Amino acid sequence: MAKVLVVAEHNGTALNPSTAKCVACAAQIDGAEVDIVVLAASPSAIAAEAAQISGVERVLTVEREENSAAIAAILAPQIVALASGYSHIFGPSTAFGKDLMPRVAALLGVNQISDIMTVEGSHRFKRPVYAGNAIVSVEAPADSIVVATVRTASYQAADGGNSAAVETTDIEVDLPTHTRFVELQTGQSDRPDLQVAAKVVSGGRALGSEENFELIYKLADTLGAAIGSSRAAVDAGYVPPETQVGQTGQIIAPDLYIAIGISGAIQHITGIKDAGTIVAINKDEEAPIFEVSDIGLVGDLFNIVPELTDALG
Amino acid sequence: MEKILVGLKRVVDYNVRVQVKSDGSGVETDGVKMSINPFDEIALEEALRIRERGEASEVVVISIGSSDAQQQLRTGLAMGADRAILVETDDAMDALTVARIFRAIIDRENAELVILGKQAIDDDNSQTGQMLAAIWERPQASFASELTIDGDTARVTREVDSGLETIEIDLPAVITVDLRLNEPRYVKLPDIMKAKKKPLDQLSMADLGIEKAPQITETLFEPPAGRTRGIMVEDVAGLVVALKDKGLV
Repeated sequence: MAKVLVVAEHNGTALNPSTAKCVACAAQIDGAEVDIVVLAASPSAIAAEAAQISGVERVLTVEREENSAAIAAILAPQIVALASGYSHIFGPSTAFGKDLMPRVAALLGVNQISDIMTVEGSHRFKRPVYAGNAIVSVEAPADSIVVATVRTASYQAADGGNSAAVETTDIEVDLPTHTRFVELQTGQSDRPDLQVAAKVVSGGRALGSEENFELIYKLADTLGAAIGSSRAAVDAGYVPPETQVGQTGQIIAPDLYIAIGISGAIQHITGIKDAGTIVAINKDEEAPIFEVSDIGLVGDLFNIVPELTDALG
Repeated sequence: MEKILVGLKRVVDYNVRVQVKSDGSGVETDGVKMSINPFDEIALEEALRIRERGEASEVVVISIGSSDAQQQLRTGLAMGADRAILVETDDAMDALTVARIFRAIIDRENAELVILGKQAIDDDNSQTGQMLAAIWERPQASFASELTIDGDTARVTREVDSGLETIEIDLPAVITVDLRLNEPRYVKLPDIMKAKKKPLDQLSMADLGIEKAPQITETLFEPPAGRTRGIMVEDVAGLVVALKDKGLV
């Protein structure tokens, strides 16, 4: 029978919704029993959140001062120490999981399956390759542990309402000191998080400057939306890198995605193709973004966006 | 430090619109333009800058694959790498086996820093650097957007989902690079001529004593489910009506 260990993502105080998406993916494996492990300096509040996720059997906590920042080289040996007894170890395909899970896989001597989008069987999955231009079915060896990341945009977070058992675990492994956390700079913002926002307003190179992005911020605030961007806008310095959507940025699935002044390179489209509704505003009626948009409007964004903000305000 | 190793993967060029073969066995690569994985070019550029600042003495580029990958290695030499190593194999390569190959070359070359792209744009796996750091039992700094070397340590700023994280790592280490670390230099014609005279060694997996890791089998390639083109609206009023119809505003 499948026993899945999901590695919780958190910021030291609160659980990241990517964890409940990993549980939703794990639950698709027939008869799977799903546990979550919370590695933290003070895991109890995070574990209490994790225990509410529907379908979770047990929440294991590992409390160590070294776990105060998510350093892959420190977390990986602890996860490996817990691996025996599990047939699968899942983490989210976020920056956290992409950094950590391959280190876990290599220590266990197996290859990793990245970005599971569909579960076809306990060892068979589908995942995107070539910026989402192809979907490949993969099969892991039946006789070894499966280590994988879950493409969070492919899954709805599992419901709450559960009260799984929380168990404290002591792990006796030496942890390296060769990697040290220095600081985390986050854009100070009251806006919703890009990964979990129901609505995202995204701007591209056509905005032309950092100042003009104010138009995007105003519309986003009117809608209660998160901010996204194209690679071109980030490269031009209009917006910070953590807003970038696409193959090499964040892969998201909001209910509403409004692409403003974004032409729609395939590398960008791959980041939004699971969105509920895509709206495109672009002055070039030939822009490829219109090929994947549910609602398109051709025109000058500098007129349209303020008018739209007023109309929705 | 003495030596930096950089991986150069030969991949379908960034601008090619990839097509799935009709029999589902893979994607069309016949007659398709192949290039260095764009992230690997950034990795090489960073290694060259470290050497040019006098913080390393040699940059060695490595590719694993068919003899065609010599083209990408020659481009790397033209960019400024000192030497190249091709580990020749016609087998499809998985991340853990590639990590094992790099691990073996680290020992042969006595390298202190390995810089790799954060992901290859073909398989989009984003695994090799982290796996190499694991089996080498050394630090990893993935998704680097800023890097400074200070003696036996490095300070690396990483692009994470919530912003920019800075970590300090002891060397030797593995660093994987993100898009905004640098802008790779263009290759000039005289450099291409010079690159032809630089050493390019060929090794086999057997030379390195490497066995392949347990394989994840790719059984079928399919085109993605497409989105279809929806409606066009005339003006903002039309857009607002369409959004209200869908219950989105």
